[in-house]
Amino acid sequence: MTAPFAPWADPAASPLIEIRDVTKRFGAFEAVKSLSLNIYEREFFAILGPSGCGKTTLMRMLAGFETPSEGAILLDGEDLSPVPPAKRPVNMMFQSYALFPHLTVEKNIAFGLKREGTPSGEIAERVTDIMRLVQLTDFARRKPDQLSGGQRQRVALARALVKRPRLLLLDEPLGALDKKLRQETQFELMNIQETLGTTFVIVTHDQEEAMTVSSRIAVMRAGELAQVATPADLYERPESRFVADFIGEVTILEGRVSGADAVGATLSAMEGAPDLRVATDTLPPLGETAWLALRPETVTITPDRPEGADNALPGTVLDIAYLGNLSTYHVALADGRVVKAQESNRFGANRRGITWEDAVWVSWEEDAGVLLQA
Amino acid sequence: MTRTPGQRLLVALPYLWLLVLFLAPFLIVLKISLSDLAVARPPYMPQFDLSEGWAGVAAFVDALDVENYVFLAEDSLYINAYLSSLRIAAISTVITLLIGYAIAYALARAPRRWRPTLVMLVILPFWTSFLIRVYAWIGILKTEGLLNQALLSVGLIGEPLTILNTNTAVYIGIVYSYLPFMVLPVYATLEKMDESLLEAAADLGSSRLAAFFLVTLPLSLPGVLAGCFLVFIPAIGEFVIPDLLGGSETLMIGKTLWVEFFNNRDWPLASAVAIVLLALLIVPIVLFQRQQMRQEIGT
Ligand SMILES: Nc1ncnc2c1ncn2[C@@H]1O[C@H](COP(=O)(O)OP(=O)(O)OP(=O)(O)O)[C@@H](O)[C@H]1O
Ligand SMILES: [Mg+2]
Repeated sequence: MTAPFAPWADPAASPLIEIRDVTKRFGAFEAVKSLSLNIYEREFFAILGPSGCGKTTLMRMLAGFETPSEGAILLDGEDLSPVPPAKRPVNMMFQSYALFPHLTVEKNIAFGLKREGTPSGEIAERVTDIMRLVQLTDFARRKPDQLSGGQRQRVALARALVKRPRLLLLDEPLGALDKKLRQETQFELMNIQETLGTTFVIVTHDQEEAMTVSSRIAVMRAGELAQVATPADLYERPESRFVADFIGEVTILEGRVSGADAVGATLSAMEGAPDLRVATDTLPPLGETAWLALRPETVTITPDRPEGADNALPGTVLDIAYLGNLSTYHVALADGRVVKAQESNRFGANRRGITWEDAVWVSWEEDAGVLLQA
Repeated sequence: MTRTPGQRLLVALPYLWLLVLFLAPFLIVLKISLSDLAVARPPYMPQFDLSEGWAGVAAFVDALDVENYVFLAEDSLYINAYLSSLRIAAISTVITLLIGYAIAYALARAPRRWRPTLVMLVILPFWTSFLIRVYAWIGILKTEGLLNQALLSVGLIGEPLTILNTNTAVYIGIVYSYLPFMVLPVYATLEKMDESLLEAAADLGSSRLAAFFLVTLPLSLPGVLAGCFLVFIPAIGEFVIPDLLGGSETLMIGKTLWVEFFNNRDWPLASAVAIVLLALLIVPIVLFQRQQMRQEIGT
């Protein structure tokens, strides 16, 4: 068996891109704040974050359209700052695609190779190859305004890829596509990335997309990195309420740390109810405020008090969201806080016999949730 | 779709306008161009007279001929005047394009909040009379004018330059007067150009200069064409500028027309000159229209 692809965990691996303490100011406003990040060769790296958090700004610094106000960006250990965009082995697929409207698909794609002075025979060959890869062969002679959104997006991708950059930057590449086409294209992107072995950095504010395509995800918040981790770690082991809330659905219960031992802690979250037990390996200081993040699929909903559950709280059903394969129950606890519980509808949603206003119990195991201190 | 009488009237109005103010005068000029010179008032023959019935109409049509056009073709003065007008208009258009493009480019690159003011400054001269502005150039260009005084005092020249009453002065006049017609359409295309296209060009490895010739220039071509037509077409028939700034060497058809009409009082010949000029202008005008149509379909 080959080892899983995880160069970030290997202390001997040297990163392709090293972002060192980079700050970017527009006037007095800091769009990126003292950010450090390593990206490794062949990674499919996603940057995720709410609108205006500085994702595009970070990409533009990598491409060379903005210069960092402080800090440095290194490629293969060499400072990129004196290298203009035209000379960087980095290509960008623009948020707006930025296709040249007066050139055909073929000429748009060949544009970069011509600038490099590649021999025309080789240009033709590489353009043909890449058009086949992104399935544009039939549209070679069309102008961008004669293409659909998805086709345009593939031209933009091909135009950036054909130069065989060390690093490909994709700024919300699939933003303009509908959901189905988006999913297809995500898999296409992953295939292309695997075929060519290029390092991809993709910006998105669709967390599902980031989870699907990437090897690692950086969650950004107001110019800073909230967390950098693999999709699974990010979902199962978020380090802050912001990340837990940003990735997927979550219930966050605030409480005070009332006890801690070798395997976990107890959280006093509600008066009159037993303390909640949470497994954790970073023991929080006693008496401090902490938060329990619970994914809805780890919470079970039952009409009666469950036997032997580590944690159980009573409540009433406030709302039921029927999602087809799943149903999400919003259960109001005695003090009004809402816990989400998700159940599979494998045997039909009605069989469970739980409906609005019912008195129910929500329960979960001590290792179901994550204890957060921020 | 059926139209109410009100709607029909609305549709008919522009046609009525064209009929009364364009087609009718044109037909009258055309008719005069086919008439003969006469010492009379108005100074041409025949006159249209309905009192003699059909026989009168027949005699009227009979009296019309194309000898004025034959005359135009035979006397090299007119052909030279037409050719010279085309040449002056073409050279002026090229100069206007070079200067106008630079101005439009600077406008489009200026900070966004300055642009309305700068565009305003381009249009500002229109607020003074065209005639006064051309007269002002006489004051600037004449031998003891502002330009010569300035150049002499700086020591760039030893004796005053003769610019007024030469073709150079005509070029200066035309370029100055028509510059806004070039700047505005070119600016319009440059301004709406997506700036990320230039970043994409840079990203794909082109220098700023290459990006200009490969991206900016081709994308601004519609504006360039529109500007060229807007300058070239009226410049061919220009009269005031060559009359006030040009000299004896300046041969332009507008001036020739004026001389035939007012000095020689040869209305029929002047009309023929005008009709031929119109025929010449129709070619670029039709091209211009076609280009505008293509623009509209394209967007
Ligand atoms: N040229 C600029 N001048 C001033 N402020 C800017 C400039 N570019 C970006 N900003 C500001 O920097 C912040 C980050 O912008 P950025 O475009 O990087 O956000 P983003 O994360 O890409 O957002 P979105 O998801 O909406 O694309 C925003 O508040 C934006 O207003
Ligand atoms: Mg953005």
